[in-house]
Parts: sequence; C-alpha cells; structure tokens
Amino acid sequence: MADLVSNITAMAPEAFLVATALVLLLVGAFGGRRMAGPVNLAIVVALILAAVLTLRGIPNGSLEMFGGALVLDHLSTFGKFSALIASALSLWLAHGYLKTEDRLSAEFGILVLFASLGMLIMVSANDLLSLYIGVEMQSLALYVLAASNRDSLRSSESGLKYFVLGALSSGLLLYGASLIYGFSGHLRFEGIAAAATGSGSIGLIVGIVFLLCGLAFKISAVPFHMWTPDVYEGAPTPVTTFFSTAPKIAAIILIARVLFGPFHHLVSDWQQVVIALSVLSMCIGYLGAIMQTNIKRLMADSSIANMGYALIAMASGTAQGLSGLLFYMGLYLITTLGIFACILAMRRSEGMVEQIDDLAGMSRSKPGLALALTALLFSVAGIPPLAGFFGKYFVFMAAVDANLTWLAILGAVASVVGAFVYLRLIKIIWFDEPAESFVPASFAQISLAGISALLMLPGAIWLLPALAKWTQIAAAAMFVHG
Amino acid sequence: MSDLPHLLSLITFTPLIGALLLILFKAFARADDKAVVERNAPAVALVTSLFTFVLSVLALIEFNPADPAFQLVEDVNWFAGFHYRMGVDGISILLVLLTTFLMPLCFIASMGSIKSRITEYMIAFLVLETLMIGVFCALDIMMFYVFFEAGLIPMYLIIGVWGGDNRVYASFKFFLYTLLGSVLMLVAVITMINVAGTSNMIELLSFDFAPGLQTWLWLAFFASFAVKLPMWPFHTWLPDAHVQAPTAGSVVLAGVLLKMGGYGFIRFSLPMFPLASQYFAPVVFALSVIAIIYTSLVAFRQTDMKKLIAYSSVAHMGFVTMGLFAMNLAGLQGAMFQMLSHGLISGALFLIVGVIYDRMHTREIAAYGGLVHRMPVYAAIFLLFTMANVGLPATSGFIGEILTLVGVFRVNTWVAFGATTGIIFSAIYALNLYREVMYGEMQNTKLAKITDVTRKELITFAPLVLGTLILGVLPTLVTDITGPAIEALIERIDAGLALAASGGVDIG
Repeated sequence: MADLVSNITAMAPEAFLVATALVLLLVGAFGGRRMAGPVNLAIVVALILAAVLTLRGIPNGSLEMFGGALVLDHLSTFGKFSALIASALSLWLAHGYLKTEDRLSAEFGILVLFASLGMLIMVSANDLLSLYIGVEMQSLALYVLAASNRDSLRSSESGLKYFVLGALSSGLLLYGASLIYGFSGHLRFEGIAAAATGSGSIGLIVGIVFLLCGLAFKISAVPFHMWTPDVYEGAPTPVTTFFSTAPKIAAIILIARVLFGPFHHLVSDWQQVVIALSVLSMCIGYLGAIMQTNIKRLMADSSIANMGYALIAMASGTAQGLSGLLFYMGLYLITTLGIFACILAMRRSEGMVEQIDDLAGMSRSKPGLALALTALLFSVAGIPPLAGFFGKYFVFMAAVDANLTWLAILGAVASVVGAFVYLRLIKIIWFDEPAESFVPASFAQISLAGISALLMLPGAIWLLPALAKWTQIAAAAMFVHG
Repeated sequence: MSDLPHLLSLITFTPLIGALLLILFKAFARADDKAVVERNAPAVALVTSLFTFVLSVLALIEFNPADPAFQLVEDVNWFAGFHYRMGVDGISILLVLLTTFLMPLCFIASMGSIKSRITEYMIAFLVLETLMIGVFCALDIMMFYVFFEAGLIPMYLIIGVWGGDNRVYASFKFFLYTLLGSVLMLVAVITMINVAGTSNMIELLSFDFAPGLQTWLWLAFFASFAVKLPMWPFHTWLPDAHVQAPTAGSVVLAGVLLKMGGYGFIRFSLPMFPLASQYFAPVVFALSVIAIIYTSLVAFRQTDMKKLIAYSSVAHMGFVTMGLFAMNLAGLQGAMFQMLSHGLISGALFLIVGVIYDRMHTREIAAYGGLVHRMPVYAAIFLLFTMANVGLPATSGFIGEILTLVGVFRVNTWVAFGATTGIIFSAIYALNLYREVMYGEMQNTKLAKITDVTRKELITFAPLVLGTLILGVLPTLVTDITGPAIEALIERIDAGLALAASGGVDIG
C-alpha cells in the first residue's frame, strides 16, 4: 500500500491530469455548449500546472514505478515538461480558433488532455507493454481530434486516413514487440538489455526493425510519412499545430528510450536503420516541400525533414547525440508553435486561408507578425544568428564526433534545399505586392508568435545555454549504465 | 591601456543600436507621424554610421601596428565552449575601417534615390554593417561563421525588396549559392572544433592539423570563400546580384562583402592549413589567371554598365587570390592592399553608375554618349576612377596590382605573365566604357537636359577620390599596419610547412 502511495506521489502530474479529466468530462457532459469554453481554458491551466508539477521532486538517477513499468528520470521529465507545455499552448490557440468558428466543444480539450496523458506514459515507458499503452492512448485521442470537424469532408477523411495507417503502424509495433519479447524473454527494458548483448540474435534485430517502423510512423519519418501532408492539411489548423509539436517530441523520446536503453549494445545494428530513415526524411521532406502551395502541407513536409535532422543526432548513438537530439527538438517545438500561431492568424473576413500566396505583402499589411514569421522561418532554415542554427550545429557536431561526417555534410547540403523552401515564403511576405489584409490577430496568436520569435533572437542568448544544460542532464539519464 | 573598454563591441553593435532605434520609431509612431519617420530615417542611419566611423578611427589610434598579435581583445564565455571573442590585428583592422568608411557614403548615396520603404532600407543596411564588422572582429571561429552567414539575410532582403526588375531571381541565386558554399565550411568548422577541442581562433591558428585532414578542410573553406570572393568559375551569382541590387547595395557588395572571402583565405586557409594551401596553390593560380583574363574579356562585351563593373571586380579579385597564394611578403601585402583599394574604387564606380542611373533610369551603355559636354565634373571623377581601375600609377589600384605581380613573379613567372596580359585587357574594357559613355556626339536626345553632379554627390565622391589618391602616393599608410601581422603569418606558414617536412608526411 505504501508502495502504491509513493508511486502515485511520484506520478503527481499524471494523477492530477487524470482527476482533472474525469471531473471536466462530467462538467462538459452536464454543462453542454455553455461550459465548453471554460472547460477548454481550465484544461490549458491544468496542463500548465501539471508541467510545473513535473519539475518538482526529480530524483537523482532514476526512480522506477509500478514494478518497473514506468521510470521517472531527467529524460522523462524533459519530455513531460515540453509535451505538456506544447499541448497547453496548442489548446490555447485552438480555443480562440474554435470560438471564432463557433465550434467550441468540451470534448476537444478532453481529447487533448487524454492524448497528453498518453505522451506522459510514452516518455516514461520502461517496458514493452507500457510503451504500447502510451502510444495507443495518445494515438486514439489524436485520430478523433483529426476528424473533430465532422461537418468537413476533408477533416473526416484525414481522421480516417490517420486511423487506418495508424492501426497499421500499431500492428507493426506490436509484431516487433512480440518478436523482441520472444527472443529475449523479457518485457522490461533492463531485462532486454541484459539479453541483447554481443551481436544480438537475428530475431531480436528483426523485432527492433519492426518496432522502429511502427514508431517511425508516429514521427512521420520517410518512408512512413505518406499520411502526414494529407492529415496536416485536412485536420483543423490548431489540431495540426498540436500534431506537429507535442506527439512528435513524445514519440522521438520514446524511440530514444528504446534505442539507447534496451538496445544500447546493438548500436551498430540499429544505426543503419536510423541513418536510412534520416537521409530519406531530410531529402524527401525538403524536396516535397518545394512544390507545395498550401502552407499546412508545406509545414508537414518541413516537419518530416526536421525529423530527419533529429534522427542524425539519434544515429550517432552517443550521449552527445542524445542531448543534441533533445536540444534540436526543444527548438523545433518553440519554432513550430510560433509558425503555426502565424498560420492561424491568416484569416480574412470570409474565413481561414491557407495558400502560401495569401501571405503576399504581409510585411506591409502586418509588419509585426511578418517580422516574427520571418525570424522563425530563418531560424527553422538554420541560418545564424537565429537559434535554429545552433540546433543544427549540435546535431552536426554529434554526427562528426561519431565519425558520421558524411551524414553531417548531407544534412548541411539538404539544408540548402530547405533554405529555398523557407526563402520562398519570405519572398512572398516581403517582395510581393500586398494582397487583401488579414483580420486582426488574437492575443494568443500575437503573444505566441512574438515570444517564440524573440526567443530565436535575442532571447537565444539566454535560452540556448539553459536548454543545453537541461538536455545534457536529460541525456545523461540514459547513459548511467556506462 | 584603452580609454574605452569594449571598443570593438561598441564599433560592431553601434549600427545595430541605430537599427533598433529605427524599428522602435517605426513601431510606435502614430499614423500621422509615419511620414516624419520615413523622412528622418536616412539622417539617423547616417549619424549612426558616422559615429561608428569615428569609433573605428579611435580603434586605429589605440592600435599598435608594431605588435603582430591580436589587440583590443574581449572575451566572454557563453555556453558549450562558445565564447564571445573579439580582437583585431593588422589585417582585420583596416577592413573594419574600410567598412565603416564606406557605410556613411552608402547612406548619403541612398538619400533621394530610394523612394519606398525608406526606414526598412536603412534598418537593413545598419544590420548589415554590424554583421560585416563582426566578421572582421570575430576571434572565435563559430562567431566568425555566425556573422559571415548572417550577412546573407539583410543582403537578400536588400536585393529582393529594393532591387531591379529581375530581383527575385538574383536574390535567390545570391542566397542559395553563397549558402551552399558556407554549409560545407560549417561542417569543416565543426570538424576543426571537434579535433582541436577549441573554437578559439588564436589557439586554432597555432594548431597543426593532420596533413590529410588539412586537404579536406581546405577544400571546404575554399567552397565558401571562392564563392564569396568570387573566383572564376564560382562567380556567376555576382553579376546578377550587382545588376539587380540598388546602388548602395552594389557598393557594399563589391566594397566589403567580397572582401570577406579574401579575409577568410588570409585568416583561415593560409595559416591553419599551410600544407594544403601549398598543395592547392597551382590550382588557385590557374583559376586566378583565368579570372583575370577571361572575365576581363567578358567585361568588354557587356552592354550593361553595372554588369561590366561586376565582371571587372571578379578580375580584380583574381589579383587578390594570386597574391595570397604566392605566400610571400610582397604577394600578401599586395593582396591586402588590392582588397582595400578595390573597396574604394569599385564602390566609387558603382556610385558613378548610380549618378546617371538616378537621372536616366537606364544602365545601358548604348543609351549614353557625349556626357562630357554636359557633365564636366562628373567626367573628371569618372576618368579618375577608370584610371584607378586600370591601375594607373599614383592611384591605389596600381600599388595593389604591382605588389601582387611582384609577389607571384617570384613564385611562378608564367602566372605573372598571364596576369599582366590581363591588365592590358582591363585597360581595353575600362577605356572603352569611358569612351562610349562620355565622349562622342550626344545621340540620345533625352540626355540634352542631364545635369552635372549635385553637391550631395560630390560629398560622396570626395572621400573616395582622396582615399584613392592618398593610398596611391603613400602606400606605407597601409603596409606599415599590415606588415607585422603579415610577417607573423608568413612565419606561421613556414613553421607549418617545416613541421610537415621534418615529419616526412605526405599530403593527401
């Protein structure tokens, strides 16, 4: 009993969120549409509170809970904090959007809350079962969110597409997990790690490949990326915002946990798979983005390419690589939220617009927002002195350190293609003649775009050292086994 | 020793402060005050850049030319091994001065010729000035890279927003071409930091990289600097960028941005990879001679004045690379001198084109002719800089060319021979341009009302005329400052080569 209590105290953020979810579900059900707005805002606050709770009482080293099914360490804390903040901010943006569209519903926030709970389990998973439970809990909520605008054909289509392909990926994941269990005889990561030494049996390696394929779906790495542009385009824009931030960081931390945990002896085996995913994602992501005219599809391809860069750091297989990966993802999260805040501000009197040509001449009609968007785009393109450049720097540094210089060169050259993609947007914003102006942006949009742009420069002076320090501690958590 | 602490930071960031002020004015001006902001923005920018110039002259006074080490050094730790490190030596301080000297002239030249979005234009140029000065002051290789690459952003916007008809193409080509070169350098920089364990340039300058690694690092740096300088055949972005950029943009591009490539060679490639530099010197010589002869011939066939001057820039940069890779005192002194002198001369030539472009709105050579009848003062200024461009003695152009030729003659007479032929070709295109535009009958009736240079334009040209003549007569003003640093550089190269020779290691 004392054990259970201590487990639940260690999981205070999760426990708090579950309680909130149950209460607000009832409030939403009884309050009807009248309570929809307050419920959503309450969930934003709850998510932020939970994020603050995660920072409290982190043990030195790691703390295992529920018989080793979940683990609490600096890595999971980093993952929880960033996923919760990203969820909260996306929901805040969504609240304004739904209100203007007159589609507020309490379920929206509740679903985001359940998805976030799934992410919390993902980043702290310590055996194959909790891994699967976390992934499914997150995904099921996301499928519904994708289709949340049920009157729209595009939204329903994207939800269905996401669901079918997601089910396929879950199948792959389960198959991989069962092979790993079969060949190692363990579900818990420590047990698998003890079994997976030396060269690793062929069954185990096939299992790893299947598991990786299943998880690659979740971060939309090529060749498992087909759903991304369609779902990003079809889903309501704030849902796209959510999709491209919080679940991405949860999934990539989960991959890191699996690869650097139970399979840290088999680096040379999984490294080639990760390299292949990384190279394909960078190249195909950016090449696909060149031809996009819809900004949401463009952001989908851009996020695919960004995952490619994160995977470069993963491929290095070192502590430096893992901290570079987290550093990159942290910056990616901030930039993506800012860019989507700008995309959500693309609203004319007749409704949302999402063609890139609609941005024409924004530098004159909306100078402040245009400046913020420009800074964010240059940052995600990796042009110094913006913060995004340092993300790429640490990724390449990890690759060079692990004797993967060719991969760093390839990534650097691909980033030139990426620069073209983002320059095209900047060209439309600055060089083209102004189109019809957008309606005034909301407070949430302006503050998110402004703050994230300011964090790119000059905030980077303080943000980068803090982020580097935290990611280093977080990465060290996976390397206690030496 | 210094009265002003953080002098270099002050010089570097003063323009940025000016830019921030303009942003604040623009953001918080009431609707009816917007016009006032637009009207006064050039004055704010001009005052800021003049103040920066005064500060950089102070730095030159503080600077002790006899000392080859880095001076006015500042060092603040940031994180993960990154440092904010500033310092100048005899090589970089003059380039800082060149930048701060040209910028006020750019602002004067822009007054009246830029009609739309004036405040933003001034902001872009002030930011660009900060970044250019930063490149020459940075003593941390990452900081150098950040400044080097960040300059692309304002220049891209300057070409794209205020450029000519084909500005979008030119701005993309400029950005992507330069970026492709730079990212390869980034990987090389990361490798160097990884191998040497430091990003401090003072330590890197005395670090001996393995011969095989030097080759790769040299090639990666070459990819960046050869595009930036530019060297033939990596020069194709330059004519496009020059033609489309507004006048002041061209001045900065030719006057300062190209010098970053030369500065990169002299600061990184030569002292850090001496073995590879020696190994690749013949290649550089070949490209330099081709650049000098071929682009001079190309320049001769141009119908657009700006394009002609752009190609002539490529040819003159050929002398710089040739002198640099001669790796002796005369060659390196000549290369440094040529960079400074070309900064003044090409800047002046672009301003000269700007003068008649502002009046007639065409850069076609064929549209002009017989201007000497209506514009005598203009004709005199144009003549002076044409002659300086050709390398007439008593102008600064002569000193740079003769020194690089002497330097390279000691290494390879054939290269010197080829480059000398190039000088003849340069006389052909430059004098031909002058004849076509200034002499003959005034065929084009629209020219009948053209007016001579205004007082504002005279103020822009006066410092450039003085600079070109003074440096042409008193070259020691420059060589005394650069001398000790270049001698130390040659010592460093020789030490690097000797180490490899004693170790008996083979390159490649």
